[in-house]
Amino acid sequence: MLELAGIEKRFGPTPALQGIDLSFLPRETVALLGASGCGKSTLLRVALGLLVPDRGRVTLDGAPMDARSAPLLRRRFGYVIQDGGLFPHLDARGNVSLMARHLGWEARRIETRLRELTELTRFPSDALERYPAQLSGGQRQRVALMRALALDPEVLLLDEPLGSLDPLVRAELQQDLRRVFRALGKTVLLVTHDVAEAGFFADRIVLLRDGRVVQQGRLDDLLNAPADEYVTRFVRAQRPLVGDPAP
Amino acid sequence: MRLGSRRIGCAVALALGLAGTAHAQPAPRARPRVVVGSKTFTESVILGEIAAALARDAGAEVVHRAGLGGTRVLWDALVAGQIDLYPEYTGTLEYEILAGEGVHGMAALRQALAARGLRMGPPLGFEDGYALGMKAETARRLGIRSISDLRSHRELRFGFTNEFMDRSDGWPALRARYRLPQREVRGLDHDLAYRGLDAGTLDATDLYSTDADIRYYHLTVLQDDLHHFPVYQAVYLYREELAERTPAVIDALEPLAGRIDADAMRTMNARAKLDRVPEAQVAADFLRRELGVADHSIREDRAARLWRYTREHLALVAVSLGVAIALALPLGVVAARRPRLGGLILAVTGILQTIPSLALLVLMIPLLGIGAPPAIAALFLYSLLPIVRNTHAGLRGIPESLRESAEALGLPPRARLLRVELPLASPAILAGVKTAAVINVGTATLGALIGAGGYGQPILTGIRLDDVGLLLEGAVPAALLALLVQAGFAVLERAVVPKGLRLGREE
Repeated sequence: MLELAGIEKRFGPTPALQGIDLSFLPRETVALLGASGCGKSTLLRVALGLLVPDRGRVTLDGAPMDARSAPLLRRRFGYVIQDGGLFPHLDARGNVSLMARHLGWEARRIETRLRELTELTRFPSDALERYPAQLSGGQRQRVALMRALALDPEVLLLDEPLGSLDPLVRAELQQDLRRVFRALGKTVLLVTHDVAEAGFFADRIVLLRDGRVVQQGRLDDLLNAPADEYVTRFVRAQRPLVGDPAP
Repeated sequence: MRLGSRRIGCAVALALGLAGTAHAQPAPRARPRVVVGSKTFTESVILGEIAAALARDAGAEVVHRAGLGGTRVLWDALVAGQIDLYPEYTGTLEYEILAGEGVHGMAALRQALAARGLRMGPPLGFEDGYALGMKAETARRLGIRSISDLRSHRELRFGFTNEFMDRSDGWPALRARYRLPQREVRGLDHDLAYRGLDAGTLDATDLYSTDADIRYYHLTVLQDDLHHFPVYQAVYLYREELAERTPAVIDALEPLAGRIDADAMRTMNARAKLDRVPEAQVAADFLRRELGVADHSIREDRAARLWRYTREHLALVAVSLGVAIALALPLGVVAARRPRLGGLILAVTGILQTIPSLALLVLMIPLLGIGAPPAIAALFLYSLLPIVRNTHAGLRGIPESLRESAEALGLPPRARLLRVELPLASPAILAGVKTAAVINVGTATLGALIGAGGYGQPILTGIRLDDVGLLLEGAVPAALLALLVQAGFAVLERAVVPKGLRLGREE
C-alpha cells in the first residue's frame, strides 16, 4: 500500500531521518512512537510529500511521490495535525468542503458527504456554520478529521491529533477515533509520544529514536522483548502511575 | 514614455469622465484653443489673466494654468508645447534660462528664442527687478540704505527664495560683488520670507521691485549702489506655432506694449494680494479701464470651485491608487513567494518612498509634462510600498501549519493563494491599501504645484495671497476626505475580511 524505502532527511547538519524502510498495509493502524525530535512528524510529512527526502522514495500503490505527482497523490491522503490546522476564515462547513468545492462537486453531493461525516465523527451538524474561533478544542479536531476524510482517502495521517486537548475531551475523542478507524478500515498512521495511546489505537507500533527505527511490533513485544535498553526505558518511563489508562 | 503618458492620460480622462466632467481632449472645432501659463506668484498670475482675457476677447478658448510652478517648469512646458504662452522677464531669460549662452540685448534674445521655436512680445512697460529689502524700522535703526551698508553688519540673517539662492545672478554673485560677510543665509518660499521679516526671524530678503508687500510690510528697498542686478523687463513668451495658428490672439496682445507701468503693476499686485480681489477680476478691471476690453472672465462661486477641486482631487487619488493596487498586489505575492526577488522588490519600492514628494513630482515633469499625469505617476509610485509591504507581510505571516494544511489537502498553488492565503492575509492587505489611500489623499495636494489641480490649488493660492480662508478651502476638505477614506475602509473591511477572521480578532 504505502511504502517508504531508504528515506534519509537532513535539516542542515542535523540528520532527521536515517535509513527508514517502512511499509504499511491496507486497513492497518500504525502508531509512530518516540520522544520529541525523534523524527516521527518529519516522517509523516515526508510520507505526504510536504518534505522532499534527500534520499529514498515514497510510493503509494507503486506510484512515486514527487513534486509533480504530489498534488494529485495527496488527495488519496487525509492529514490531521495537533491544533487541527483549520482555516480561521472558513466555518466548519467551509473547512470540510474546501477541497470538494475546489474539485467542483455538486452542492447535493457535498451535503450528503457532510451528513455522513458529521454522523461518523459525532459532530453536531448545527455547529457546521461556526468558525474555528467559536468551536471547542475537541470540536475543532472533529472538524479536522472530517476535512481529512472528506474525499474518502485511502490513507489517514494523524500528527498528535489529541496532543492539545484536556484529559476528559481527550478520552472521549480517543474512543471516537478508534471507532472511526475500525469503521472505515483505512490505513492509519498516527504520531504520538504517548505509549498508552499508541497501544490503544495501533495494531503495530514503530518506535523511533534519532531518526531511526529502534523496534516495531505490538505493545506486548515492546514490553516483553525490547530490542534494546532504550525501548525499556521509554516504555517504562510512560507507564501510568495509577490504574490502567486504556479502558 | 510617450505610450506610458498617453495611457495614463487615457486613465485620467476616463476617471474625469466618470466624475462627470469632460477634461478629455476636445475634438477640433472652430474656436482655437490657447493654454496660458503663469508662475507661482501673484504678478505672474495677473499677467497670465490679462493675456487669457485678451485671447478670450479675440475669440479663443482659453485655459489658464495659473501658478503652475517656477521658471524652469514654465519654460519647459512652453518648449514642450504644453502651454502656448506665459509672462516672463528679460533678465530671467538672460541670466537664468539662457545663462551660459551669453545672450544679451533684445535682438539677441529674440534670435535665441527663435532658434527654439519661440517668440517674445514687446515689453509691457514695467521692470520687475530683484532687490533686497528689510523692515524699514530695522534699516533706519542700523543706518542701512544701500546693499553696501550691509557689509558692516555681519550678524544679519538673510532668507532668500530658493530660486534666488541658485541663480547665477542671485545670492552667490551678489555676495561676491558686494563682498557680503553674512553667514546665516537660508533658502525659503517668497511669502514665508515676508512673514519671517515681519516676525523678526529674518532681517533681509530678496524681493521684486513691484511687490505689493513692500508697502504692506513696511519694507525699505536697499539701493543697488554697485548696479549688480540686471534689468528685468516684463514680456510675454509664446510659441511661434501659436502666432501661425491664431494670429488674432497675438494681435490682441499687441496694444499692451508699454501700457503697464511699475505703478500700475504694483497697484494690481496690491489689489490681488492685499485686498484679496481675484486675479481675474484685477485683470479684467485693468483691461476695461486701459483698453476698453469687455469682461469675459468666467467666475465660479465657492461651491462650484469646491466641487471642481473635489473632482480633480478624487481623480488623482482614484486613478493612482487603482493602478497601484493592480500592480502592488501581484508584486507583494511574488515578493512573498520568492524571498530573493522579494528583497529586491521591497528595496526598490522602499527607495521610491524615500524620494521627497516634491522632488518626485518635479522629476516626473520631463517624462510626463505638467498637469494630472505626472502627479498621478508620482502618487502611484508612492502608493506602491504600503501595499506591497503589507501584502508581503500578510502572506509571510500566515502560520506554517495553515500553509501546510492547504498543501496537504492537495490544493494546487493557485487555489491555495486564492482560497486560503489571500483571504488570510486580507486584513493586512486592506490595512496597506488604507495607508496608501490616506497618504495619497494628503500627498495629492502637492499635485497643484505642477498644475494637477485638486485641493492643493486653494492651499497654494492661500499661501501665495496669505489668505487663510482660501487656504482652509483646500485644507479642510483634504482633511475631511482623509477621514472619509478612513471611515470608508472600516466599511470595506466588513465586506472584504472574512467573518471568521474578524471573530478571531475580537476575542
